[in-house]
Amino acid sequence: MSVKSTAARRTTRGGAKRRGGEPELVQLLTPEGDRVEHSEYSIDVTPDELRGLYRDMVLTRRFDAEAITLQRQGELGLWASLLGQEAAQIGSGRATRPDDYIFPTYREHGVAWTRDVDPLNLLGMFRGVNNGGWDPNENNFHLYTIVIGSQTLHATGYAMGVAKDGADAAVIAYFGDGASSQGDVAESFTFAAVYNAPVVFFCQNNQWAISEPTEKQSRVPIYQRAAGYGFPGVRVDGNDVLAVLAVTRAALEHARSGQGPMLVEAFTYRMGAHTTTDDPTRYRSDEEREEWASKDPIARLRAHLDKQGLADEGFYAGLDAESDALAKRVRDGVRGMPNPDPMAMFENVYADGHALVDEERAQFAEYLASFEDAPAASHGAAGSGKGH
Amino acid sequence: MTQMAIAKALNESLRTSLENDPKVLVMGEDVGRLGGVFRITDGLFKDFGEGRVIDTPLAESGIVGTAIGLALRGYRPVVEIQFDGFVFPAYDQIVTQLAKMHARALGKIKLPIVIRIPYGGGIGAVEHHSESPETLFAHVAGLKVVSPSNASDAYWMMQQAIECDDPVIFFEPKRRYWDKGEVAVSSVPADLHKAVVAQAGTDVTLAAFGPMVKVCLEVAAAAANEGRSIEVVDLRSISPLDFDTVQASVEKTGRLVVVHEAPVFFGTGAEIAARITERSFYALEAPVLRVGGFHAPYPPARLEEEYLPGLDRVLDAVDRVLAY
Ligand SMILES: Cc1ncc(C[n+]2csc(CCOP(=O)(O)OP(=O)(O)O)c2C)c(N)n1
Ligand SMILES: [Mg+2]
Repeated sequence: MSVKSTAARRTTRGGAKRRGGEPELVQLLTPEGDRVEHSEYSIDVTPDELRGLYRDMVLTRRFDAEAITLQRQGELGLWASLLGQEAAQIGSGRATRPDDYIFPTYREHGVAWTRDVDPLNLLGMFRGVNNGGWDPNENNFHLYTIVIGSQTLHATGYAMGVAKDGADAAVIAYFGDGASSQGDVAESFTFAAVYNAPVVFFCQNNQWAISEPTEKQSRVPIYQRAAGYGFPGVRVDGNDVLAVLAVTRAALEHARSGQGPMLVEAFTYRMGAHTTTDDPTRYRSDEEREEWASKDPIARLRAHLDKQGLADEGFYAGLDAESDALAKRVRDGVRGMPNPDPMAMFENVYADGHALVDEERAQFAEYLASFEDAPAASHGAAGSGKGH
Repeated sequence: MTQMAIAKALNESLRTSLENDPKVLVMGEDVGRLGGVFRITDGLFKDFGEGRVIDTPLAESGIVGTAIGLALRGYRPVVEIQFDGFVFPAYDQIVTQLAKMHARALGKIKLPIVIRIPYGGGIGAVEHHSESPETLFAHVAGLKVVSPSNASDAYWMMQQAIECDDPVIFFEPKRRYWDKGEVAVSSVPADLHKAVVAQAGTDVTLAAFGPMVKVCLEVAAAAANEGRSIEVVDLRSISPLDFDTVQASVEKTGRLVVVHEAPVFFGTGAEIAARITERSFYALEAPVLRVGGFHAPYPPARLEEEYLPGLDRVLDAVDRVLAY
């Protein structure tokens, strides 16, 4: 795959033109699955690569569906579904190089997939056995960040370090439309601009921040905010995996080549609930969801593959089997995930140790052991006969 | 008298305040159309409109900072922070501005703002959704900090907090939201900052607030089966703290255990232990003990039952305090 266009130098691009009130977005594949050209962004993809993107999105969606089921079954405490955002995540994730560094929110399961992060690793925090726990440096994929917006500053600082080191890698910070309101995000834009940091701000505008529509966060399209900070912003069709791939590649190249930050707004839709505890029927209409369903990122690429005759029954059947196998692996893996040892609470609080932690660890171990001495007193029972 | 869950009592209380005072505003993330993630503001948007019940942008510093401005203009904002762990973007506004502006202005301005924070663990949540940061606010002069433990207090204390001319950090025990209790909607409530004896006893005093009061009452019941008489003091207010009520209890029982979910290190229990030791040194039969969180991040959900003070850990402390 090669991106023909080079990144623009300084101005806000894409979306200058308005159509029906909404700014134009970069699109390379229509909802009907037809390829279209864009004046600034284009992409050459082989049939193999197209099938690869399709496979990524299908497997990601299957993983996500499995996680929702596992939550319903009580195996996970919570799940934040990425349904509808597969193209935004796979397209942008596949645009990164191994030496690029990714700072995700809590919903970037598709991006994690493109970084070869084991899906089971993502599930630990949702099951409640850890608070993340994977090694970010293994895949240059940072831990999920729950506090909205925080990670955009970490990404910017990381990018400042990359620049100091003279490396040609780039950094990508994911965040949501809601997050765009946070002070941390505004500050990250400022720092990135001032230090010309090689960071791409990738906003998945999925139209909702829990129950609040994007109008509650911004009166201008989010990508246009970049102009005020002095770097380019572009809106891309977030349900078009090819456009996302092309635009993100260009943005990363822009950063790597010393031209500083760029803001990409992937215009997409959160098809599911905010998380498994949310009830979207309280605040949004079925019609809206239906309208976005007709722009589904996977159906779109499938239509393209079929129209062009690029995938046969064997391919789809193979992918079905692969999906089932992935789902089974995830199911079995989650069910087999043990609860952590209670003493793990005291681990890794400090890198260099701490006397109080040591003291409390010892006291708690002694406390737990006291139940073993006195079999008559059971954990959680009303009796307090603990051998004192 | 009506039976109400704590969540409903808070909701009714907010409704009453909105009805009684046109200057009261409710603001926060998702508090409008959705009615809040815990539905504490359910129905208020519909009945009072978006001018009074305000869905804000996703920015806690902005929420508290603009609430300060609205208060300066004569409003009484009641802001919601969605979860305990998300108050920190607003911490600067709360500590440097909200807490100190009244003093800075030599008393010429008042900031009647209530910051509602669902807090504490026990709901099986992911990180940042189970913390008990009350000490971080109680440590700051200029803020008042309260936490109801039951529906009746939830109902009355919210209205009292809204009527208070000082900023009040109102910690709501989220895992008790659905616990029902009698609410005396017409009776005269206790003072907002007064502790109450929730259960009388003679051998040991347990002092707690918010979600831990229920645990302490269960401990008292369990201990009663073993012939031990436990007094439970529901502190209700952390700043100011009603040391007189605690002292009176301790001078009767001679023994005190303070229980809270927050880490014990530099916690509310430490302050109570120090003050009660000063006030009641000769009445104490044992050192004041504390049961609370560890000096470690709140653990992942599958460990929280081990982390949180429960029946066993409090009973263990009761045993130890009686062993002196
Ligand atoms: C600082 C902070 N405040 C509030 C929350 C609670 N919260 C979690 S997700 C969310 C909405 C986020 O919306 P957006 O940034 O659009 O991301 P999306 O969930 O749509 O992916 C909120 C308010 C939080 N996690 N962190
Ligand atoms: Mg969103």
